[in-house]
Amino acid sequence: MDTFIQQLINGLTVGAIYALIALGYTMVYGILRLINFAHGDIYMVGAFVGYFLAYQLGFAAGPSLLGLTVVLLGSMIISALVGMAIERFAYRPIRKYARMTTLITAIGVSLLIENLFVARLGAAPRAFPQLLREESYTLFGNAAISKSQILIFIVSIALMLLLQWIIFKTKVGTAMRAVSFNLNSAKLMGINTDVIISVTFALGSALAAAAGVLTAQYNPQIDPLMGIITGLKAFVAAVLGGIGNVPGAVLGGLLIGIAETFVVGYGQNIGVPSTFRDAVAFAILILVLLFRPTGLLGSTVQEKV
Amino acid sequence: MPTLVKRLVAALIIVLLLIAMNQFMSEEGLFGFGVPPYYALVIVLAGINVILAVSLNLITGFTGQFSIGHAGFMAVGAYTSAYLTVYYAQDWESSLGVMIGASLAHAMIFLLAILVGALAAALAGLIVGIPSLRLRGDYLAIVTLGFAEIIRIVILNIDQVGGAIGFRVPGYTNFLWVGSFAVITIVIVYNIVHSDIGRALVSIREDELAAEAMGINTTRYKVLSFVISSALAGMAGVLFGHYTQFLSTNDFQFIRSFEIIIMIVLGGMGSLTGAVFGAIVITLLPELLRKLPGDFSQYRLVVYSALLIIIMLTRPQGILGTREFGLSWLKRAQRRPEGNAPVGDKGVPIAEQAPPSEIDRSKEAENR
Repeated sequence: MDTFIQQLINGLTVGAIYALIALGYTMVYGILRLINFAHGDIYMVGAFVGYFLAYQLGFAAGPSLLGLTVVLLGSMIISALVGMAIERFAYRPIRKYARMTTLITAIGVSLLIENLFVARLGAAPRAFPQLLREESYTLFGNAAISKSQILIFIVSIALMLLLQWIIFKTKVGTAMRAVSFNLNSAKLMGINTDVIISVTFALGSALAAAAGVLTAQYNPQIDPLMGIITGLKAFVAAVLGGIGNVPGAVLGGLLIGIAETFVVGYGQNIGVPSTFRDAVAFAILILVLLFRPTGLLGSTVQEKV
Repeated sequence: MPTLVKRLVAALIIVLLLIAMNQFMSEEGLFGFGVPPYYALVIVLAGINVILAVSLNLITGFTGQFSIGHAGFMAVGAYTSAYLTVYYAQDWESSLGVMIGASLAHAMIFLLAILVGALAAALAGLIVGIPSLRLRGDYLAIVTLGFAEIIRIVILNIDQVGGAIGFRVPGYTNFLWVGSFAVITIVIVYNIVHSDIGRALVSIREDELAAEAMGINTTRYKVLSFVISSALAGMAGVLFGHYTQFLSTNDFQFIRSFEIIIMIVLGGMGSLTGAVFGAIVITLLPELLRKLPGDFSQYRLVVYSALLIIIMLTRPQGILGTREFGLSWLKRAQRRPEGNAPVGDKGVPIAEQAPPSEIDRSKEAENR
């Protein structure tokens, strides 16, 4: 039982990270029907921006709450700008073209970011400075929860609530929902769709950057290719929950995080080696899509002739 | 000249050309002239990529089903055939060699390996295709990607084929094999596309609902093109494995599938020559960029990805669009549809018209 709770805590930690990234995928998809493959790399950019901020501003010397806050917010803001720049220069010019073209461009942007970072910084992993004094607390007997895990839970829940508030209670959020419902009608209603799309990219990128910094606290190794697999799984999480659906992305992320941790923790007992960790996300996705082709919380779209 | 004679002559010329090129690229060279091994390597890889791109074009370009799992089928073909050649080929070859001669036995065994690889990949394609082709668009894409990753991870856990360490494979492939199978692939796909099956596939791409309403069994045709496409990809995998003589599951990551998609989008989706062209460009581009001066060479892949984005921004329909490159370009202007071929509004057979994508977009916007 103790290990079960422990696995659950670890799974939720990983899942919360996936959920934060999946939100960006799902928001962009909801508005543009674009799989933004560069989104996983924004998560990596976020971690690296945090790394450089910590060193440049002198917070790398020792743990401090101020340092953590500044690094987290700074990384979110800078990454949001990066996300907006990508949208402005790579996606906006081709928005009206075929799906495949935009998709290839997204892959191109993703490759560009990765290769640029590898060329500038090298592919070797770097140690992220500790901004939080690492301590563990025991709960329910033997299960332990570390400070960085608590941080991940608090920050991700806060960010998700904030996002929910932005989407449902603000003018920008209303406009976002209108654009995702029908871009052309939204334009006719006087919504500046370009600005709204920009804001969507900014929000998604900020969330991914937060995920990057938080992961780097939990597992302080960052490298320029860390966004590929994590980004892919987060995308799977978004599809699993029903792409374009915000609560779905969170649900999908948590499910995949827990499933992965359980495969590593309990897999051997039923003959599944822990190397199947990376496959389980896809296996769940395929099973769910076979029975619910639009994801867990996705709405079915009636096809018109 | 009757068509049959014409075709036979063409086939003969192609075969002779391939043999000459093979000699040119081997170590001895042709009449003392040969290309350096590095160039030969790049040319062979380009040939393998041509097979991959042309086969993916069948399912994505002509049938309009978006698959990002091609590397998975390639892996299935590569690993099954390698299992055969590593564990059984030597015995069979020596016993067969007694009867028909060593070099013929060598070729027969490899032909068998290619067939086995293609069949295994076709089977994988069938298993993946039947459930996933119910899905549409991006969902299909992500499911094929998922299957490919699962295939890769399963292979990674089979110790008989090397697992995570990698798998040493005997070298069988040379340019002649790759060139011949590239030609065979192109001929197969060309013939499918220009047959009634091809018409059905294109109609599915243009409008699946309308195709179904016209009595086309869309699921059957989608699965069919998926299986054929997978089999050809498996073949490419066999050739690849027996050329590099080393298989690692890292060669079959999803980035590989992306690469193949990039080839067909770059060349122009739904264009056979476009796919060939795209495959060659994408293989050569990173190699040519090695020649960047001095410090720039470390930015090789940065330049590569930047070029990719720029091409997409400036020529979103791909370099050739849906057009085919060939001699008929010279007389395209007065060309007319033959016989009862279905004709679109531009007076060209539907198969050669613009891709549905732009039309799709506007329709999607309406439906949203």
